[in-house]
Amino acid sequence: MQIEIDHISKEFGSTAALHPVSLSIPSGALVALLGPSGSGKTTLLRILGGLEFPTAGRVLFDAADATNMTVQDRRAGFVFQSYALFRHMTVFENIAYGLRARSRAQRPAKAEIARRVTKLLELIQLPDIGARYPSQLSGGQRQRVALARALAIEPRMLLLDEPFGALDARVRKELRAGLREIHDTTGLTTVFVTHDQDEAMELADLVVVMSMGRIEQIGRPQDIRARPATAFVKEFLAV
Amino acid sequence: MSDTPHIQNRHRPVTTETPAFRAALILVVVLFLALLLFAPLVAVFAEALSKGTVEAVKSLANPEAASAIKLTLIVAAVAVPLNAIFGIAAAWFITKYDFRGKALLITLIDLPFSVSPVVAGLCLVLTFGANTAVGGWLVAQGYPIVFALPSIILASMFVTFPFVARELIPVMIEQGRAEEEAALTLGASGWRIFFTVTLPNIRWALLYGVLLCNARAMGEFGAVAVVSGKIRGQTATMPITIEMLYNEYLSVAAFSLAAVLALLALLTLTLKTLLEWRFADQLAAAHRP
Repeated sequence: MQIEIDHISKEFGSTAALHPVSLSIPSGALVALLGPSGSGKTTLLRILGGLEFPTAGRVLFDAADATNMTVQDRRAGFVFQSYALFRHMTVFENIAYGLRARSRAQRPAKAEIARRVTKLLELIQLPDIGARYPSQLSGGQRQRVALARALAIEPRMLLLDEPFGALDARVRKELRAGLREIHDTTGLTTVFVTHDQDEAMELADLVVVMSMGRIEQIGRPQDIRARPATAFVKEFLAV
Repeated sequence: MSDTPHIQNRHRPVTTETPAFRAALILVVVLFLALLLFAPLVAVFAEALSKGTVEAVKSLANPEAASAIKLTLIVAAVAVPLNAIFGIAAAWFITKYDFRGKALLITLIDLPFSVSPVVAGLCLVLTFGANTAVGGWLVAQGYPIVFALPSIILASMFVTFPFVARELIPVMIEQGRAEEEAALTLGASGWRIFFTVTLPNIRWALLYGVLLCNARAMGEFGAVAVVSGKIRGQTATMPITIEMLYNEYLSVAAFSLAAVLALLALLTLTLKTLLEWRFADQLAAAHRP
């Protein structure tokens, strides 16, 4: 799905989290929103997912205005920074949640739900953990379960907020490859937020560098490295 | 290196207080509990049974006592569920949304804790009494509020209002909004999120809040004393009846009824302990993210 962000701005009270920003995300791209904390990248991601609404501007999905679409109708697979797994449900129930939440007419049969959950558990290479609770999983496993849960609703896009933030370096590298693989198999337009430039540069097709609620530069990783557009980008990449 | 020198240290505690000092600390606690909690409880039951079990049971079978027990149970049965619903609603609103005046709302919820129950009762009389506009009209319609069941329920609800909300707010703040947001992105409706995500996460805090609320609703004296009019066999709840019996030197009857009230409290405590024991694993899991 192609995503068009058209002069989106967001104010919280009197502070502006996003000055009007515009961004065009081609269908099937893997995009990183890169920037320090407070740069507005998470706010932009939450606006895409429908968890915040912009103060001004429009969001278009495949050229159709989606600015006022409810979060439920957007069908955005969202992976939260702390994963936000339902702690009182097993892994199986967590992944099945989105399917069970559908209206009766659109809800798959019980056996079909089980089949899909099993398939997703295989996709994240954790086929045997369905009966466990989130508290019994390692950080890396939780992250993958959160990803499977987001994929279960057959999302139109995948949005990830600092997906590797809380993991140690080795697991992070492993899961990066895993995300790339899942992106390539599903072909979903994927946007992830990160403050880690290596992660953005290694993983993304397109990197959007943000600072203070503004987009500093949009480009392919190698182009941004070779030709930083602003003093901020130059300095940020040098760290 | 040999392990032998370490073996004698294996059971060495990390604290450095002497055993005598520790024993003394424990003794202080035990004495304190015995004097303040256990002894009064024993005294109530001893006094109730001082003329034998038969006398005690006979005093409870008396229509006045029976009516008091019934009234107290009715009041708790209405006030507690309503306060549970209002408490959940208030806690949900305060913890899941940002709005102006949040601090003021939290202070308002705490108001019943800081206002004397007697004052609360007087406020109800001044608002709904027969000589006010609202109260007069309701009396004319045949629905008196003050000196009748509605005011007893209102007074009990006012006094016990903070318990559920107070218990839920810190738990819900700690759990944050992320799970609800995740459910939203998965397509769940508000009601579905509440019943499948929020409620299971707060059920233990809710249970504690409801138990505290119930204990207080059954035991409330001050506010109910003002609004009920203390009509024997009609608007006298258990605590009110106990006081009246005691003032009339009917100590067996008074203490028997007090023992029933204490038993109801012990029953809820036992229930809570049993549930905690039965669901210990879930409780532990709920506290880990």
